Amino acid sequence: MNTAPVVPAVTTSPSASFLLWLLLLVPLLGGIAVAFLRDAKTAKLAALGIALLEFVLVIPTWIAYDPAGSRIQLSSSMDWIPNFGVHLALGVDGISLVMIALIGLLMPIVIGSSWADKLPEGRSVGGFYALLLVMQAGMIGVFAATDVFLFYVFFEAVLVPMYFLIGRFGGPRRQYAAVKFFLYSLLGGLIMLGSVIGLYVVSGDKLGSGTLDWATLTTVISQESQATQTWLFLGFFVAFAIKAPLVPLHTWLPDAAAEAPVGVGVLLVGILDKIGTYGFLRYCLPMFPAASKDLAPLVLVLGVAGLLYGALLATGQNDMKRFVAYTSIAHFGFIAVGIFAFSSQSVSGAVLYMFNHGLSTGMLFLVVGMVIARGGSTLISDYGGMAKLTPLLGGLFLVAGLAGLSLPGTNSFVSEFLVLIGAYPSRPVFAILATIGMILAALYVLWAYQRIMHGPVRGDALLGALKGPGAVAAPETATRQGIKDLDAREIAVLTPLVVLIIVLGFYPAPILDVIGPSVEATLHSVIPLGGN
Amino acid sequence: MAGAAWLVVAFPLLGALILLVGGKRTNAWGHLLGCATIAASFVYGLILFFSTTGQEEAARTSEVSLFSWIPVDQLQVDFGLRIDPLSITFLLLITGVGFLIHVYSIGYMAHEPGENDRRRFFGYFNLFVAAMLILVLGNGFVTLYLGWEGVGLASYLLIGWYTDRPSAATAAKKAFLMNRVGDVGLAIAIFIMFKVVGSTQYTAVFDGVANGAFSSGELVALTLLLLLGACGKSGQFPLQAWLPDAMEGPTPVSALIHAATMVTAGVYLIARSNPIYTASPDGRLVVVIIGAVTLVIGCVIGCAYDDIKKVLAYSTVSQIGYMILAVGLGPFGYALGIMHLLTHGFFKAGLFLGAGSVMHAMNDEVDMRKYGGLARIMPVTFVTFGLGYLALIGVPPFSGFFSKDAIIEAALGQDETWRAWVFGGAALLGAALTAFYMTRLVLMTFFGEKRWKDIKSSDGREFHPHESPSVMTIPMIVLAVGSVGAGAFFAIGDTFTEWLAPTVGVLEESHHHVIPHAVVPWLTVGLSLLGVLLAWLFVGRKRVPLSKPEPVPFPVRAARADLYGNHFNELLIARPGTWLTRALVYIDNKWVDGLVNGTAALLGGSSGRLRRAQTGFVRSYALSMLGGSILLIAALLAVRFA
Repeated sequence: MNTAPVVPAVTTSPSASFLLWLLLLVPLLGGIAVAFLRDAKTAKLAALGIALLEFVLVIPTWIAYDPAGSRIQLSSSMDWIPNFGVHLALGVDGISLVMIALIGLLMPIVIGSSWADKLPEGRSVGGFYALLLVMQAGMIGVFAATDVFLFYVFFEAVLVPMYFLIGRFGGPRRQYAAVKFFLYSLLGGLIMLGSVIGLYVVSGDKLGSGTLDWATLTTVISQESQATQTWLFLGFFVAFAIKAPLVPLHTWLPDAAAEAPVGVGVLLVGILDKIGTYGFLRYCLPMFPAASKDLAPLVLVLGVAGLLYGALLATGQNDMKRFVAYTSIAHFGFIAVGIFAFSSQSVSGAVLYMFNHGLSTGMLFLVVGMVIARGGSTLISDYGGMAKLTPLLGGLFLVAGLAGLSLPGTNSFVSEFLVLIGAYPSRPVFAILATIGMILAALYVLWAYQRIMHGPVRGDALLGALKGPGAVAAPETATRQGIKDLDAREIAVLTPLVVLIIVLGFYPAPILDVIGPSVEATLHSVIPLGGN
Repeated sequence: MAGAAWLVVAFPLLGALILLVGGKRTNAWGHLLGCATIAASFVYGLILFFSTTGQEEAARTSEVSLFSWIPVDQLQVDFGLRIDPLSITFLLLITGVGFLIHVYSIGYMAHEPGENDRRRFFGYFNLFVAAMLILVLGNGFVTLYLGWEGVGLASYLLIGWYTDRPSAATAAKKAFLMNRVGDVGLAIAIFIMFKVVGSTQYTAVFDGVANGAFSSGELVALTLLLLLGACGKSGQFPLQAWLPDAMEGPTPVSALIHAATMVTAGVYLIARSNPIYTASPDGRLVVVIIGAVTLVIGCVIGCAYDDIKKVLAYSTVSQIGYMILAVGLGPFGYALGIMHLLTHGFFKAGLFLGAGSVMHAMNDEVDMRKYGGLARIMPVTFVTFGLGYLALIGVPPFSGFFSKDAIIEAALGQDETWRAWVFGGAALLGAALTAFYMTRLVLMTFFGEKRWKDIKSSDGREFHPHESPSVMTIPMIVLAVGSVGAGAFFAIGDTFTEWLAPTVGVLEESHHHVIPHAVVPWLTVGLSLLGVLLAWLFVGRKRVPLSKPEPVPFPVRAARADLYGNHFNELLIARPGTWLTRALVYIDNKWVDGLVNGTAALLGGSSGRLRRAQTGFVRSYALSMLGGSILLIAALLAVRFA
């Protein structure tokens, strides 16, 4: 039990602000503790317990947040580096709250899905789960920080556990992928640091003493000249565009996703990448409204190019994990279009997309992982007709795929529809081009499903695993006699996702209600009158 | 009564849920549950029907809001039902014909490959009915879109039912993709509606049309985009190629989804959007053109196929062409299109079930050249199929005569003389061609010598044709009764057009006749009989060879190749798409990635360092830091001196 940080020195809204500190510290301290556990089983159980506790903590946080209340809630602040006006300040708006909820929801699922993973030779189970939990703390910090410097610190801090998760626990080319991921993100982070310092300098000129408080900066910087805004905007934008990732800064993602262990990949595409799109919303739009408006056409071009390019490349992939990564790149194109179309519908749709994508693509990644766990190969061409052997896995692969192609009745439809219908009135050409992405999504999902699941049983991986040892490259799966359908653990991992995908497809109001006022407030900075 | 109308959708949805989630535990009784849910919906539909028929015109329409689906600021998408004569008509067709085909499937699917999966088949079938009901009962364009893609999913799952056939998977994917092309049209139409009137509900959009909120350009755009959606779903030119391939699915699927209900959704869409089409004569002209073109090409290709299901599929394409032509005539044709849709729902479903019965008897063989002389062996199938045949070719007093003749009269009654001649002429030509290919089909299947006696089926079995069990023949008999009587029931005394009037407006009658009014029915029937005669001359009095005659003149070759529709798609879309994808994969790996790696390597000193990352990592890190710092300082300077 840890109660030390519950009462910070400066508390602006004392009521429930300790919840955010708990959400930050439970996985951080829990992760450190798990690192010292020697026994694999104990480590897994402890990690799962901590992740479930974290999920339980999300519930009172969700309840304590009042959508009709002030812009940032549950906020608290302590001095950190007084000389530079830096604070340890946490708080949430509707957008960050939804992302924190997504983290709380996905983490137990990720841990459950990694339960039976075989780690590379000599790697400690405790270390793996400790890194997962530390990364969770870092991600919570990114979404809860209300001080720009604190945000930057968390933004960079999540790189470290991710680097080790890919580099130590990943696939054959893990070192290459991890370094590539690290360098890309680090480069983006450093460029952003330039802009963070710029913010401090400019606010110092204006206010007499510099500050990095988000709320103050949004009022100060948004009054700055177009040129100042543009330069500062670009620093943040590049960092976020690498993170999201937008084409052409995307090539680290397929490598990282392909080499990462499945659970880590879920966190990578499900949450970590959303830091980029979250950054657009939380930092680019409110702090640099003039620059955001000015550069919106450019971002829309990147978004539409990305959603078409990602979809075409997804069609051409033979590696299942790279396939999922490219579908994500296409989806991030949609999110970028939604954000920079600046309408209540499109931005709400983009935020909802960020949440929904975590569920649907997270599920697709998990299902793909379950396919790979059975056949021992990541290549689509090594499979075929698998639904015959594993009908339940086949059915759930299709459910995840249909959510990925935004079929109405699944959660993703609502978000994609909102993005497009919201973008159409002001940006008809981009909206119409983006609808081509809908056709391509059907193509890449159904083609992958056809090749892996449909038809007679075929493919080296399946036939090899069925015949017994020696027939397949990966020996540990080849020795297995036959291929089994989903077991109870796998069903337990996927069930909450399936339920949410369908329920939110018909009843997205609980999330739309929470994000609505924050979206309006964000838009208000770009379009002073609000609305369309 | 309307307040609880959601039950109509809930029954089959619950059925689908139980059958698909329940798994093997429901194997024993799954098919019975599947039928029961549809029967329950049908009964409730009848209650709704009888509670509205007696009412005043205005009282026949009611809306039930169930919950707020997508509420964001100005956009308020309501999930609700609209109960009016048009939706009740469809409700009864879908659940009525749907129930009969469900019952038939109990027998048909019992002996199909994967028989343990019969309950999953019923799960998909129930899912289809639920989605189709949402499509027709929804109270806005977004609920329609939900049903629209929902039936597309059910269709995808059922076309790909026979998982042993790779062709089934390809056909299923093709159907979904070509439908999505149409769906994009529907989606963009919805965006325009939201932009102009701020809503996607039927009432708000149609009020907007009435108030002149839409410019004429926007109206034309709407009509064309909705038509694109209709073309995708209803297999109309130029998106017709998926429908014949969809015959890869089990025959009951072809009967229910790809003949009687789903593929007619395009006609529903246009009839439902009648205020938009009425306001845009230019848009309607395009609809008429598409309908006329499709009905002719469907007939032409139907004449050339030997696969019994594909002939019926092209017949469906062409008959829906008639319906699209009819609704394109606007106030002169909305009700007629729907009437033909209903009679077609009966007789075409009956014909498909008959074809299924024949295939059942013939070891799943679909090649009519291997049939022959089946009339006496399968008397019930023959008689019911024959009645459906007479209805389809429009012999009075069978149902198709009333509904098709009305469309031909309306097409000939258009004000502009050239339109009357061109489109009326196409409809008349279609009538003759329909009689030809259907007579050819009946002659090759039921008459002539028993060509199957001396050959074996492709799986090496001998043919022992037999009549189907009564669980299959009874639905066929019921549908045959409908094929006989429905037309007269609807048409005589204008019962049906008056019933629909609250939704699609009062049917207008033309006073402009290029061919005298009284002559048209005679002309239609005469042309049909000519088609029958020609079929007898070409097919009936000759021996039917077991293999296709070769060489044949160009028109026959073209028809056998679907008039090159697939070649066209392949050449213009599929192949360039494949090359584009391959090129992009190459570019992404070599150039985009290379460019970025190269930049990083530039910072890191050499490109090898990035790949031998274990050793070079620290130095790369340091150099990246340096590079980043340089950028940082540059940014700072820029800010200060900007």
